[in-house]
Amino acid sequence: MNQVLVVAEHSAGRLNPATAKCVSCAAAIPDATIAVLVLAADGAAVAAQAAALNGVSRVLLASHPASEPALAAVLAPQIAKLAPGCSHVFGPSTTFGRDLMPRVAALLDAPQVSDVMAVDGAHRFRRPCYAGNAIATVEVDADRPVVATVRVASWQPAAAGGPAPVERVSADVALPAHTRFVSVSAGRNDRPDLQTAARVVSGGRALGSAENFALIQRFADRIAAAVGASRAAVDAGYAPNELQVGQTGKIIAPELYIAVGISGAIQHITGIKDARTIVAINKDPEAPIFEVADLGLVGDLFRIVPEIESLLAAS
Amino acid sequence: MGKVLVGIKRVIDYNVRVRVRPDGTGIVTDGVKMSINPFDEIALEEALRLRERGAADEVIVASLGPDDAQQQLRTALAMGADRAILVRADGAPEPMLAARALFALVQREQPTFVIVGKQAIDDDASQTGQLLAALWDRPQATFASKIELSGASARVTREVDAGLEVIDVDLPAVFTTDLRLNEPRYVKLPDIMKAKKKPLDVTDLATLGIDATPRQRVVRLEPPAQRQKGVIVKDAAELVAALKQKGLLA
Ligand SMILES: Cc1cc2nc3c(=O)[nH]c(=O)nc-3n(C[C@H](O)[C@H](O)[C@H](O)COP(=O)(O)OP(=O)(O)OC[C@H]3O[C@@H](n4cnc5c(N)ncnc54)[C@H](O)[C@@H]3O)c2cc1C
Repeated sequence: MNQVLVVAEHSAGRLNPATAKCVSCAAAIPDATIAVLVLAADGAAVAAQAAALNGVSRVLLASHPASEPALAAVLAPQIAKLAPGCSHVFGPSTTFGRDLMPRVAALLDAPQVSDVMAVDGAHRFRRPCYAGNAIATVEVDADRPVVATVRVASWQPAAAGGPAPVERVSADVALPAHTRFVSVSAGRNDRPDLQTAARVVSGGRALGSAENFALIQRFADRIAAAVGASRAAVDAGYAPNELQVGQTGKIIAPELYIAVGISGAIQHITGIKDARTIVAINKDPEAPIFEVADLGLVGDLFRIVPEIESLLAAS
Repeated sequence: MGKVLVGIKRVIDYNVRVRVRPDGTGIVTDGVKMSINPFDEIALEEALRLRERGAADEVIVASLGPDDAQQQLRTALAMGADRAILVRADGAPEPMLAARALFALVQREQPTFVIVGKQAIDDDASQTGQLLAALWDRPQATFASKIELSGASARVTREVDAGLEVIDVDLPAVFTTDLRLNEPRYVKLPDIMKAKKKPLDVTDLATLGIDATPRQRVVRLEPPAQRQKGVIVKDAAELVAALKQKGLLA
């Protein structure tokens, strides 16, 4: 029997969709019993959402005022205290999970497998490396727990189910005061979320300015898509950092990805490989983006994008 | 005033098109250009700026890797680091070994700042800084795009999924760098000459008292599934028609 503990990510009382994907990954472990751990100031609402995921057998709710906003240094000792008896401790490959899970692994003296894309057995996983240019099959020792981050773009969210029972727990452990939350600046959230959107329109360096980048935003709004950007567009200040797609930004898997004025560097491609359909608009017929695009259109984006919009408006 | 310890990993240069060996045992490395992991270069640049601002008086670079990693350490010395330490290890040591090696050096050197890249572009694991912070029981400020000092603490802007998060961490602390923290300086020719005279110590895991038994093993590498090459459409009308036909646009 494998006991998988999934660490929930949440904010403002809402469970992050990444957690439902971690549950799917956990369910791929043979003979798994899945518990979701909610660490929050209150957390009752989040626990109820986690309890309603298919495959979850119980939810552990650890309420502590210091647990929100989430800080790895504060959460990790609580998780390590509550994890004994678990064979696996999973978190998402979001910035929340990437920050937190290695700290948990060190406290448990357990190996961590990052970005699990497939489960071949309880101690055998597949993960991408070299910016997605290679897929590694990794084996970990079975004599101790395994910590992992789950590559969210590789997994479907667990369906609705349950409800599973919610148990209140508390990790009786000293929490550090050496790390303090100050603020978080979130971008506009009236657009679809980049990590879960069915459609994404991304702009690259070719946009040339923040003003011109509005062209991408307008197009995205027109087709109810999320907005993304290449690193070059973010570095140049055309788009905020949270929109960066790629090896070091967000790894996404939308139904439709439209790359506008993006050359298709390997670090960008690695973030979109799992998209169902990739569309590229680029004036350079030799641009590497065309090697992965299902539909390519060679030409000037400043002419083509408005043309697409008027075609859509006309129909 | 204190020391800065910077982690430097030798990796395949980010411009190289990485290929898996046909037998699945590894990556093609013959004649392939090796470099400092780009995020570690940013870490070193930040350390040099701390020293130049008077917030630190010594920058130490350390690498866990093969003998050849001395090349990357020499480059780091040429960029401006004061001294270097190579902890010799063959193969592809897992992040926990890198963290243990750095922790052994932390205990010896007592740095105020440890700065490492947020990930290495070979294993893409994104673990070492966080593992080290936990072993050391000190704060971690990961994915940093801005580090400001005030007295015994640092205010760090972090690139997170939601946007930019700001946290305060007491020093000493571990920082991991994101791409927008700074732009690393170029190495100048005279500095390469000067770097040859700077100290570079070589040690190994056993000397540091670290058990090198791996806890995870890469049993196979394979190339990723290739996407089918698509079609080039001639104009916007054809593109819109194709998307509608696939049911992707209404
Ligand atoms: C360690 C590391 C990590 C990285 N991580 C990422 C990452 O996560 N995400 C990422 O995106 N990049 C990443 N990069 C950067 C990556 O290597 C590329 O530099 C970057 O993706 C280029 O962005 P771009 O395509 O917008 O710009 P460019 O490469 O400059 O491409 C611009 C494209 O626009 C086209 N164009 C110009 N004008 C027009 C026009 N009027 N109409 C149509 N097309 C036009 C050009 O033909 C060109 O193909 C990383 C790099 C490193 C070293």
